[in-house]
Amino acid sequence: MDIHEYQAKKILSNFGVTIPRGGIVYSPENAENKAREIGGSRWVVKAQIHSGARGKAGGIIVCNTPLEVAQATDKLLGKKLVTNQTGPEGKIVNRIYIEEATDIEKELYLGLVFDRSSESIMVVASTEGGMSVEEISKEKPETIIRSKIEVAVGMQNFQARELAFGLGIEPELIRRASDTIIGCYKAFSELDATMVEVNPLVISKQKQILALDCKMSFDNNAMFRRSQVSELRDKTQEDSKEIFASDRGLNYVSLDGNIGNIINGAGLAMASMDMIKLAGGAPANFLDVGGGATPEKIVKAFKLVTMDEKVKVILVNIFAGINRCDWVAEGIVDALKKIEIKVPLVIRLAGTNVEKGNQILKESKINYIEANTLEDAANKAVAALNK
Amino acid sequence: MTVLVDKNSKIIIQGFTGKMGSFHADEMIKYGSNVVGGVTPGKGGSKHLNLPVFNTVKDAVNETGADSSILFVPPAFAADSAMEAADAGIKICVAIVDGIPSHDMIRIKRYMRRYTKSSKMTLVGPNCAGIISPGKSMLGIMPGHIYKEGRIGIISRSGTLGYEAAQQLKNLNIGVSTSVGIGGDPINGSSFRDIIEKFETDDETDAILMIGEIGGPQEVAAGEFAKENMKKPVIAYIAGLTAPKGRVMGHAGAIVSAYGESAIEKVEILKECGITISKNPSVMGDTVKSVLEKM
Repeated sequence: MDIHEYQAKKILSNFGVTIPRGGIVYSPENAENKAREIGGSRWVVKAQIHSGARGKAGGIIVCNTPLEVAQATDKLLGKKLVTNQTGPEGKIVNRIYIEEATDIEKELYLGLVFDRSSESIMVVASTEGGMSVEEISKEKPETIIRSKIEVAVGMQNFQARELAFGLGIEPELIRRASDTIIGCYKAFSELDATMVEVNPLVISKQKQILALDCKMSFDNNAMFRRSQVSELRDKTQEDSKEIFASDRGLNYVSLDGNIGNIINGAGLAMASMDMIKLAGGAPANFLDVGGGATPEKIVKAFKLVTMDEKVKVILVNIFAGINRCDWVAEGIVDALKKIEIKVPLVIRLAGTNVEKGNQILKESKINYIEANTLEDAANKAVAALNK
Repeated sequence: MTVLVDKNSKIIIQGFTGKMGSFHADEMIKYGSNVVGGVTPGKGGSKHLNLPVFNTVKDAVNETGADSSILFVPPAFAADSAMEAADAGIKICVAIVDGIPSHDMIRIKRYMRRYTKSSKMTLVGPNCAGIISPGKSMLGIMPGHIYKEGRIGIISRSGTLGYEAAQQLKNLNIGVSTSVGIGGDPINGSSFRDIIEKFETDDETDAILMIGEIGGPQEVAAGEFAKENMKKPVIAYIAGLTAPKGRVMGHAGAIVSAYGESAIEKVEILKECGITISKNPSVMGDTVKSVLEKM
């Protein structure tokens, strides 16, 4: 789960990280007052969307008067921002964060992620803040320093100090810098985060160490014990079909193609998408109804896939194990009584009681194309598209 | 010898009296697995499916001599149950459950570092289908009948894609020595490399089919291990050619976030390690067959 910049900043400040003064607004009128309340003589108006690279998309505006702050807020609110991370449809701006401008002396990069090889938390830092970590590793890999943290004992002061010295921070600021790094580590480990990125982490002309922009993501599997984090979810930043899916226990990812998929199991779903591509088609979605493929889930899956106007063919591929094919077939027949399908439907069943399952489909008089193997299913789906 | 489980494996079910635990315990018993009892804290002393229920794993091990366990406890309590199994002297533990937080998985693995190699439990999963040695024992939730007895080892992240492979092999009259589902989570108990190493020394396995997917370093680590240390042929398929970068594809671990984690990159690296690639998921069986014919 992702959260907004201003939410991440609030969390980090609770862990001892210094952030510029700022506040959230939902209207231009509030913006002007908020700027006065924050004080100072320059402000940054920042569109809050779940994406980086907002500056390049025009989502960050520097202002010199409270009136300009109101105008900038008015300009951004309700707008859809398209960045290199949002996809072409962009993301809507419903919240604006207003922050006092910082006199920047130096921009640094600080990121924390799970390292799957060592199964520990990896802290990554660089003197080249402001660029994405991908750009830094491509253009200035020599500036990257890493520190692997043993999760059982947590981050030690010396590890944070080594990173701070490694970043070339002047001696009188080392203490503050290591407290900042440890604060980010604690936020990561205590809140079940999967990513904390402060970019840039800046040293101001007034010799403060500030988190100027930050991003946090969290482990969805841990939200049951992180109610304060899960409350920060902003559904306006998510694809409506993906919300529909996640609320119903389906794993769904919206894609660009036109062959809709209903498959049980994530691996089999990815494999079916691969087969569609090799057959010359393109999947409209990834959809895993779960290994069990219960009739209820199948009904929900049909609803979801038919919501997508791009879909010109639907491919159902179920490998039934304990949940026999006859049971799955009854689920499909039942779903098609409730939901009208206007596009060709290809169904491939495999596994336990496959003959019985296919028999039920045939006798039900539903209009569909039967397929036997993964390859056959993909070929028939692509062929149906071209008819 | 078979990998991880055989006819002598004495199995207990953790979360025995729950709906999932009861259903799959019954399936395992029908398959012929030697299920000797189960654990549900607070229900010790009672009987379930005609088998004894214990309060703790230690009690179960002491009374039944159990050496294997399978977890059907909810994700919030799964880490605790896995550590309890390790501490009670269980040798193989399969965690079926989907949804264990990554921080908890790290905690389990750190906890198990206190044991020496010979006394350490092997944890398989979570978010997996379990283990089956066809005709001998099933410590999992797979449909046992799709597996034919034979000499191919299967390791798969995905449950249903592993079934697909077993079915393709069976259709070609090729059997399986053991199939291990290692699960779709970013941090798991056993990696491809851990299991592939066990297959290399297993005298009932001739070749290994490895079914991977996008995300994480484990397929490549197994490939590098195979290149340096293995004599048996390894065949691999990697799912997720069409998966977009930075998105989680169903499995919490199926996300491309670094170089070497996409399907195309993994395939290239595995080829360089001398591994035979199944070019699509429809020919996993055929690819194994052609490798066997060359042996």
